[in-house]
Amino acid sequence: MSTAATLAPAGRREPHVRRPLVDGVLPGGRLAAGITIGWLGAIVLLPVAAVILASQPLDVAGFLAVSLEPRVLASYRLTFGMSLAAAAIDLVAGVLIAWVLVRYHFPGRRLLDTLVDLPFALPTAVAGIALGNLYAPNGWLGAPLALLGIEVAFKPLGVLVALTFIGLPFVVRTVQPVLVEIAAELEEVAATLGATRWQTFRHVVLPAILPAALTGFTLALARAVGEYGSVIFVTGNIPYVSEITPLVIISRLEEYDYRGAAVVGATMLIFSFAILFVINALQAWGQRRSGLPG
Amino acid sequence: MSAAGWQGQRRPQTALALRDPPWVRALLIVLAVTVLLSFLVLPLAVVLMEALRPGLDAYAAALADDNTHHALLITLVAALISVPLNLVFGIAAAWLVTRFRFPGKSLLITLIDLPFSVSPVVVGLALVLLYGAHGWFGAWLVANGVKVVFALPGIVLATIFVTVPFVARELIPLMQAQGREEEEAALVLGANGWQVLRHVTLPNIRIGLLYGVILCNARAMGEFGAVSVVSGHIRGQTVTLPLHVEMLYQEYQTAAAFAVASMLALLALATLLAQHALEALRRPQPPEETSP
Repeated sequence: MSTAATLAPAGRREPHVRRPLVDGVLPGGRLAAGITIGWLGAIVLLPVAAVILASQPLDVAGFLAVSLEPRVLASYRLTFGMSLAAAAIDLVAGVLIAWVLVRYHFPGRRLLDTLVDLPFALPTAVAGIALGNLYAPNGWLGAPLALLGIEVAFKPLGVLVALTFIGLPFVVRTVQPVLVEIAAELEEVAATLGATRWQTFRHVVLPAILPAALTGFTLALARAVGEYGSVIFVTGNIPYVSEITPLVIISRLEEYDYRGAAVVGATMLIFSFAILFVINALQAWGQRRSGLPG
Repeated sequence: MSAAGWQGQRRPQTALALRDPPWVRALLIVLAVTVLLSFLVLPLAVVLMEALRPGLDAYAAALADDNTHHALLITLVAALISVPLNLVFGIAAAWLVTRFRFPGKSLLITLIDLPFSVSPVVVGLALVLLYGAHGWFGAWLVANGVKVVFALPGIVLATIFVTVPFVARELIPLMQAQGREEEEAALVLGANGWQVLRHVTLPNIRIGLLYGVILCNARAMGEFGAVSVVSGHIRGQTVTLPLHVEMLYQEYQTAAAFAVASMLALLALATLLAQHALEALRRPQPPEETSP
């Protein structure tokens, strides 16, 4: 931190001027850097490093053998499959909700707009028992679905319901500001040129909201893959059938298999890093796109 | 969700050419409202209904229970420690990122977001690997008689980890948009760093700050996965409100579980209302929607 502060950054070389590493006119740069890096290091990076290192003495083949054993593999299939499906449902429903909330005025719109954030605000355990009750065979939604022969609670489908619930706000909240910002002129031009409303949506609106919608999709996916609290109350948690990956980690820990837990945890962390990278790329794409002259 | 993104909310009456046919409108509104009601409102309604079903007396008894009180206490303590610490971190991080140039800035911003994409269970696992009996610091902690995992410090550490980004995430776009001219002017006029922070920066960001604190607090009080791994579920000692809900539910004390859950649901509703009120404060434009 402060020991490196005297190093000049490469690439910005000016004769006789040594810029500090943290460069700016205002005071407090070093203190802020110290607090930020110290806190992130102690609270976030140290634990993350512990997971990676605890899985380490294994070589790649050994790591994969533990990470890809059948029960874990089945949990990946369930977790990633259901997360992708849930994020896809959120993508469609989220764009629809964002469009309706931004473009149409109807009674109760502001109230619904506020409620969109509920899955963020509601503790996951509460969401879990509520969804479990709602979709149970005698629940408000479970009973009619049971008549149709669809079982949700205590079945793999319960995972999908819970993950869709917690991911919904991501797409709505990323798409909404972009829909507000789209220049009305663009749509007017399309209309003047004879486009139908559907063509305008398809060729003008959709490309504009695409980066934001995909960012929302990816955020929902990232959240869904790691989700634990809301899922375990809705599904049966049966190994090979309805056991999500975070639950595998917990059972490994309960068996005192720290290495096994760390290997599965490290696999999930690698996915977290990859998805952060994708989110950054998508956001950069969105900024470039909205930065274009409209 | 950025403050600047909402500036354009108010737009003139939609041109005729941009109006969707009435049946499309009606269909889309019905679809969206149905999704929101069945997906968001029903779970909330279920919590309140189930909590009150055995009657008010049973509800009051569930909330008056000693274990519930203790769980509430643990939850409040965890939030009261982690929120202020992450508030200080958020201000420092936003000050650093928006007021200075330095190499690796975008990497730093990504790292601030990292806790959002790490599974809460992996957070708990990490803390066990660090501070558990067999962890890196386990031997030292045991030798010195400090208990982290299966004790309050572990719960606090887990809560801090998952709430690290909230305040910083709100402040960074806000302070970026505001620029540093006012602070530089204050500096030129002879203010020192703390005076700039107290009299210029903090008043400018107070709404965003409050917004971040409210979101941070909601997550801190509601965190389940990470806390669950490090808690050990010791009744009256290491059980937070969400864990208390889980334990009651698994013991088939469904009504009591929903009664405690209703407290957390009310916290969520209060959070949403506060968000709503702050959103309105954020854009001081004339109120939108003059006609239905």
